[in-house]
Amino acid sequence: MGHPENAREFTRDIERTHWHDQALWFVREKRDRAARSVPEWEELRDQAARIKWHTMAHLDRYLEQFEANAKAKGIQVHWAKDAEAHNRIVLRILQDHQVTRLVKSKSMLTEECGLNPVLEQNGIEVVDTDLGERIVQLRHEHPSHIVLPAIHLKKEDVSDTFHEHLHTEKGNNDPTYLTRAARAHLREKFLAAEAGLTGVNFGISETGGVVVCTNEGNADLGAGLPRLHIASMGIEKMLPRLQDLAVFTRLLARSATGQPITSYTSHFHGPVEGGEMHIILVDNGRSTLLGDPTYRKALHCIRCGACINTCPVYRRSGGHSYGYTIPGPIGSTLGAFKDRKANRTLPYASTLCGSCTCVCPAQIDLHQQLYDHRQEIVKAGLLDRKKETTLNLAGWLFKHPKLLELGGKVLRKLVPRLPRPLVYNRFNPWGEARELPEMPAKSFKELYRERKGRQP
Amino acid sequence: MSAKETILQNIRANKPTEAAPLPELDFEPLTFDDLAKQLGEMVQAVGGQLLALNGKAEVAAKINELYPDASRVVCNVPDCGLSGDDGCKAERPHDLASVELAVVQGEFAVAENGAVWVKNPRNRHRALYFLAENIVLVVDKTQIVPTMHQAYERVRFDEPGYGLFISGPSKTADIEQSLVIGAHGPKSGYVFLV
Amino acid sequence: MRIGLFIPCYMNELYPGISMATLEVLERLGLDVDYPLAQTCCGQPMANSGCTKDLKELALRFLRIFKDYDYVVGPSGSCVAMVRSHYAQFIEGEPGFDRLKERTLELCEFLHDVIRVEKFDVSFPYKVGLHNSCHGHRDLRLASPSELHIPCYNKLENLLRKIDGLELVTPQRPDECCGFGGTFAVTEKDVSVAMGNDRIADHLSAGAEVMTGADVSCLMHMDGLIRRQGKPLRVMHMAQILNGEAPDGAS
Repeated sequence: MGHPENAREFTRDIERTHWHDQALWFVREKRDRAARSVPEWEELRDQAARIKWHTMAHLDRYLEQFEANAKAKGIQVHWAKDAEAHNRIVLRILQDHQVTRLVKSKSMLTEECGLNPVLEQNGIEVVDTDLGERIVQLRHEHPSHIVLPAIHLKKEDVSDTFHEHLHTEKGNNDPTYLTRAARAHLREKFLAAEAGLTGVNFGISETGGVVVCTNEGNADLGAGLPRLHIASMGIEKMLPRLQDLAVFTRLLARSATGQPITSYTSHFHGPVEGGEMHIILVDNGRSTLLGDPTYRKALHCIRCGACINTCPVYRRSGGHSYGYTIPGPIGSTLGAFKDRKANRTLPYASTLCGSCTCVCPAQIDLHQQLYDHRQEIVKAGLLDRKKETTLNLAGWLFKHPKLLELGGKVLRKLVPRLPRPLVYNRFNPWGEARELPEMPAKSFKELYRERKGRQP
Repeated sequence: MSAKETILQNIRANKPTEAAPLPELDFEPLTFDDLAKQLGEMVQAVGGQLLALNGKAEVAAKINELYPDASRVVCNVPDCGLSGDDGCKAERPHDLASVELAVVQGEFAVAENGAVWVKNPRNRHRALYFLAENIVLVVDKTQIVPTMHQAYERVRFDEPGYGLFISGPSKTADIEQSLVIGAHGPKSGYVFLV
Repeated sequence: MRIGLFIPCYMNELYPGISMATLEVLERLGLDVDYPLAQTCCGQPMANSGCTKDLKELALRFLRIFKDYDYVVGPSGSCVAMVRSHYAQFIEGEPGFDRLKERTLELCEFLHDVIRVEKFDVSFPYKVGLHNSCHGHRDLRLASPSELHIPCYNKLENLLRKIDGLELVTPQRPDECCGFGGTFAVTEKDVSVAMGNDRIADHLSAGAEVMTGADVSCLMHMDGLIRRQGKPLRVMHMAQILNGEAPDGAS
């Protein structure tokens, strides 16, 4: 099932679709207000794009420097060329320390690598500690958004889930009550955990440390209570210097949720007392993407989710419609690059409105990339046969104006004369919800010729 | 070939070759006429509250006023008249789980977002800032910078360690976008300017 | 100044009235307008779907037909954006292309930026909601996109404000996409319809009696929904309003 079929399912409940759309539009509005409070917003975006471009152009050097500086701080650094390697490394580190209880804070990278099932199959309990992620974990669902994992759920859904798993009062939907219940439940998990795994928002090459941004404080509890801290980092998260963080910390939370900054911006530069800190640098296709001039800017992504919030298609079809780790515009371009066949409907799950490109703090040319992916999908023969044939026929017709005129005349004469069921039926997908335009008697060309004929 | 070498080799083969200098800021960042006022507004906006005191000596009295029932208080701010527990006697961070209030030294504050930079190299357990049910950050009132640009001029990590920006109490809006103050970390967050 | 009138393929076939209104608006301003009959299609529907095998030929055809005019003016933001932003992939370096790119303008931006029309001698005493079609909006920058922190402007609104009696109403989401998106309207029809319906509801809530915009594709999609549902909103292209037509006479 591709995006269109999933979207059809989603929109069946049109009231819920409106609710989902409104919830995300609200986040977009908060982002707008935050952006407008910073007069130099567009200059910051420009800086961010240039810092990222520079970093990617020297990524090997920055990674080597990062490793050296991290090691000097007593941090162990591992390199994982793909998802399997990442998962193996995590498993090995945990097994070496006889860990059976792991707490994990938000990491889309670990979602991408499919980490949780691997650990669970090896007898390690993995607790996702971000509230939204814990909710979807208890429900055996995937997150539907990279920043707001449970945005597709209503409080009643959360209440039901918590009643089942945390024994909260049935029917008590109060968000504060539910959050407090989650806090107590997860506090126990934090205190009992033997290791904590975090994602990484930014890696700092000049210091060898990693920066993690959260509102809940879960990453820090996970990294600060157990003695073993593992940080999984995509290689594209690298920044050259501490001062570059200024640009990104000013852009990230404002773009993501409209906050001026997250509650916590933690700079991990070494293990806790008597502990160990490990950083796993993960490639998993990133160095390949680096080599493609059309799509490489997608590596500039700081995973803020602004493009997802603003996307009118995402808002009305939900994250699960995309069938990829990350939904929305950035997910569609990354997914289509990773696996063109599996994700061939994603670049078409867009009207190319360009809103995503306008909100992206790193100025990624998102909608241009979706446009470019379409050409590759067609060249690879992956476009729906019917669609490709129709469009090629149209293209051919447009090279033959006389035939085009004739075709138009026939259409305009014939369609108004046909009984309605012959025009509006299952072969006319436009007509399912829309009237066709009224067929005029004459084309503009005909009218123009007549008009010219009348003129002296 | 090791994974490291494979990855680095791939990067070298693929990285863009167009010149791309590391940019320096070519614009003036936001400034504020009254840094303390802006800081106060932003701390409030992020769910905390700013109080201006007349010196560190007033901290103890203010704490007793705001948290009269707090029985376990940890304080690492020198010369403020509070309890002798600075959290460092605990052998494990888990022993700090029952801390009701942490009074913590902040190095400076950032006006644009209500954040306070907390480094405290002598603090033994990072988890203190998150286990405590409530937190008060104490900052010298002359140490307020306008934006993160000036903030990062003062951040250094030449030695191993940990530091963070704390902006308000912990929070979440993961349940139907309703903001709840107090997620996993502290559920209230004062900033005292002294 | 000799203007080459560029009428999108489907407007020629299905919306001759709006095409004629475009011609009349320009002629009423005393401009010398020619409509080269050889034109067919800019290639956008194919290119948008990734089917580019005929694009070079279509682009060269367009260049050949239009290159000698002082300006090429068309009542479609998306088709003009095709020429200005996407033709380079196929005909970069062709003689005359750079000039063509600079001189191909959407109708409203032409009237606003080149002719700088001061006044339209028409009256339109209705409440009008402006639909900022995406290609014209974010690609041609006919107005400031709401996402960007830049000074606000809107060329289409500026033109509408020069019309007697016209009252602009602002929907809550002034530049959200209507969901047409070319073949998207058919391949992702459920989301397309949901998006179109939301735009219509937004305009109606704002009190619009007429919805207008610079792209017939968007208007056609929303008009299709409006007529199917019998909603009390008339749809007119900017050219028709600028040409002094009344809602009931919309073609």
